[in-house]
Amino acid sequence: MKQFKGRVVAPGAVTAPALVSHGGLNTLASFQKALQFGDKKATCGDQNNPDLYGQEMLGKALCLPQTIGSTTGGLVLYCACAMERQPACMLFSKPIDSLAAAGSILASVWLEGIQMPVIDSLGDEFLAAVKTGDQIQVKDDGTVIIL
Amino acid sequence: MYLTPEQQAILDGAKGETMSKVMKTLVMYGETFGADKMVPVTSEYNHLVTSFGLKMMGPVFDLMQKLIDAGAVSGQKFSVDPRPVDKNVPANFLQKLIFNKFMYSKQDDYEQQLNQLGLMDADAFSCACYLDQMGNKPKKGDVLSWAESSAVVYANSVLGARCNRNSGIMDIMGSIAGCVPHFGLLTDEGRKASWIIKVECKRRPEAQLLGSAIGMKVMEDVPFITGMEKWLGTELNDENRAYLKDFGAATASNGAVGLYHIENLTPEAKELGKTLVKADAQVYVIDDAELERVQKNYPVMWKNPDATPKLCFVGCPHMSMEQLKSWTVRVEEGLKASGNKKVLIPTVFTTAPAVKKAFEQTEYAKRLAATGVILSYICPLMYMNNPLCGKMNVITSSNKLRTYTTARYYTEEQILAKITKGGN
Repeated sequence: MKQFKGRVVAPGAVTAPALVSHGGLNTLASFQKALQFGDKKATCGDQNNPDLYGQEMLGKALCLPQTIGSTTGGLVLYCACAMERQPACMLFSKPIDSLAAAGSILASVWLEGIQMPVIDSLGDEFLAAVKTGDQIQVKDDGTVIIL
Repeated sequence: MYLTPEQQAILDGAKGETMSKVMKTLVMYGETFGADKMVPVTSEYNHLVTSFGLKMMGPVFDLMQKLIDAGAVSGQKFSVDPRPVDKNVPANFLQKLIFNKFMYSKQDDYEQQLNQLGLMDADAFSCACYLDQMGNKPKKGDVLSWAESSAVVYANSVLGARCNRNSGIMDIMGSIAGCVPHFGLLTDEGRKASWIIKVECKRRPEAQLLGSAIGMKVMEDVPFITGMEKWLGTELNDENRAYLKDFGAATASNGAVGLYHIENLTPEAKELGKTLVKADAQVYVIDDAELERVQKNYPVMWKNPDATPKLCFVGCPHMSMEQLKSWTVRVEEGLKASGNKKVLIPTVFTTAPAVKKAFEQTEYAKRLAATGVILSYICPLMYMNNPLCGKMNVITSSNKLRTYTTARYYTEEQILAKITKGGN
């Protein structure tokens, strides 16, 4: 069991299996196909991301350094939340980027009943330690435990 | 974070629930990044990234409608990214069906919403809204609430305006409230460079390749670039502005750069010189071999890497008038040298609607049409963002298009050779 402490960007507690991207998550490329074509499990469509391509993102503890790419990123994340195809939580090793922050904030302000805890600044050691499939527990205070 | 009494009142609901949520969104955004206060948006116009009536964006259309219904419309008129569909761009029957009846079936409805929210005019659709003909060019020091990564990096770097890399929707929130949180690229400290890039190329570096190399190295940091004087000079002109447009788009899409400085050329670098560089800045040296290495490492997303290209896009971001003219001449010369009359691969040049109209008034328009090149206002990225294009072998000189789609990148000279002389 390993424990990490980050900053709470969006509060919440959840336990979910990890899905790890060691490169930046391109939000548009990852979610667009799933949202456009009714894939309720939100299978990642980004062919440039070997860690995530073809993996189901719905309900996973998405572990990543930052998001990258188009400035549509925030609204794509907002749409994923509105359509209930979001990850269980997003866990950033680095400080959150402006696009992911926007998506998370828009969802928390403008959508009712959507919960997607977001923790950032968990450190490079978090991303080095966590493996896809690990069970992750996220606490309200920003504590992240690899069970 | 300090709020003025008026901003606090809006947050507390004095102008209704919707305006309260707009302010709350901006406050949370600012607090996430340690903003100390809000600052007024001072540009004449805004620019939004969301131009496409993509069916999957239903929640965005619902949110826009909430804003309209509550009268929370933009305080500024705005331009927006390019339209996703143009009937002049080659597409087969199935693609047309998917574009018009499925993917972009909400385009007309969404454009009505944009009009209600404050669209500048019917031609205000371009990622390069800052081109002279488009009429949305901020002044040095203007504070913006823009989105569209290539426009933000151009406005910050070449025009000296101040704007963070905002997401879609966040862009219009700032415009509605009339203020944005003061952090990042809006601050003097946030505009300092944490990288020195030493360009030591023997040949003029390809803009989109150099931008890609720098973007992938520095990610979201600010680079200060030296060694470009012999290639770009020390004064901004139409030619080097077009170079910087393409260069910046590559830094922003291959990494997440929102601002770069070029020694003795871009406005803040001319004014402040190396005082813009942080004491602990890292160094990255780029020579011809490094650019070759970067290009060779791009993944080829085609099923058959040796397949014949089916379509070529030039103009992501949209081409300037100067680029349209010089490319016309280059295509003509290429065809003449190879003994061909028309381009051998269906080729689309994309530009802003107002630039297209102005170009069509010049003698170059007929000459370009005679080469077989199609001129369009489309967004190539939106054209390619569908499963059918995954199987289509598209080539491009745009490193942004390469990054987001299955299009294969070639330098401008390589593209010219392919479209005028042929070969895989």
